Amino acid sequence: MKELKAAFPRTIPVLAGYVFLGITYGILMETNGFPLWLPILTACVVYTGSMEFLLVGILLSPFNPWATLATTLMVGARHIFYGLAMLNRYRGTGKAKYYLIFSTSDETFALNCDADIPPELDKTKYYVAVSVLDQSYWVAGTAIGALCGQLISFNTEGLDFVMTAMFVCIFLNQWLKDNDILKANGKRSTYQDRIRIHAPEIIGAGSSLLCLLLFGPERFIVPSMFLILLVLTLCRKQLEPEKDPNEQGGIVQ
Amino acid sequence: MTMTAAQTAITILIVIAGTVFTRFISYIAFPEGRPIPSYILYLGKVLGAAVFGLLVIYCFRNVDVLTPFSQGGTHGIPELIALLVTGAVYCSKRQMMLAMAFGTAVYMFLLQVVF
Repeated sequence: MKELKAAFPRTIPVLAGYVFLGITYGILMETNGFPLWLPILTACVVYTGSMEFLLVGILLSPFNPWATLATTLMVGARHIFYGLAMLNRYRGTGKAKYYLIFSTSDETFALNCDADIPPELDKTKYYVAVSVLDQSYWVAGTAIGALCGQLISFNTEGLDFVMTAMFVCIFLNQWLKDNDILKANGKRSTYQDRIRIHAPEIIGAGSSLLCLLLFGPERFIVPSMFLILLVLTLCRKQLEPEKDPNEQGGIVQ
Repeated sequence: MTMTAAQTAITILIVIAGTVFTRFISYIAFPEGRPIPSYILYLGKVLGAAVFGLLVIYCFRNVDVLTPFSQGGTHGIPELIALLVTGAVYCSKRQMMLAMAFGTAVYMFLLQVVF
């Protein structure tokens, strides 16, 4: 499968990050006295890292279904944005679409949203390859942590930075890609052109930073999303690229 | 454990349902075969880049810049250095793996040896 071959190198950072984080999750569940199959099952069917870590605490506290639902919706709210950003890319992927949507973790979203798929490859197979690889890393890491977490003794402090580094690279890649678009236009770019082309990145990072300072690390995501949406909507006239003649409405391929 | 088996099962099912809802809602709102409104298409284009910004900030959300050195704080210096190293390697070589390996190695070294 040439799609798998093309996808694998792109997922190596996720391999490192997920196996490490998965092990942490498996150990956490195991040391809190949950049966071995529980972290592995939740890694398969919940499959959203941030929520699974919260789940450990939730399962240890008194039963409270409504608070659980509220937390899940708040932590998961960013998936709504991933959906909007991937709407067009995931169109026409047939039955695989259900799995693609289900498995949209932060990392899988970032890789698939940032993907430049060579034209000779089947895009559906490529997206599925990335998604399946990523999830298998997570499940494998969790299983390792749950089964033999106690045996690990090398100092892994700081290894989780690999995931941060990946997002930083993807962010920079977007920035450099926008620079290339500007250069391809030919004419000398003005200061305003440069701000305009990078505006989505600046708005995303700026709004989130502002909300982080205002609301703190536990509850800044939902306000950030609202602020990003508001600013992007207000700036639509300035940011919307001129109509591309090759692109028609929303029907793709 | 304070929950019964049934309560544990219900709690996990709620988490699954909530997560699936947030992941599917956009696709249910704008199903295939019907044109996507131009506003949503616009959002789809710019949101990707904006969310990358959000994710980067999200990764650094727990960095504590205020705790003084005397109380074991690092003022976010290891994170800042590792971020700069990752960015510098990526911008000069445009190789994601190399940049991440460098950045992470520097970060682990700073945490385990220096601070």
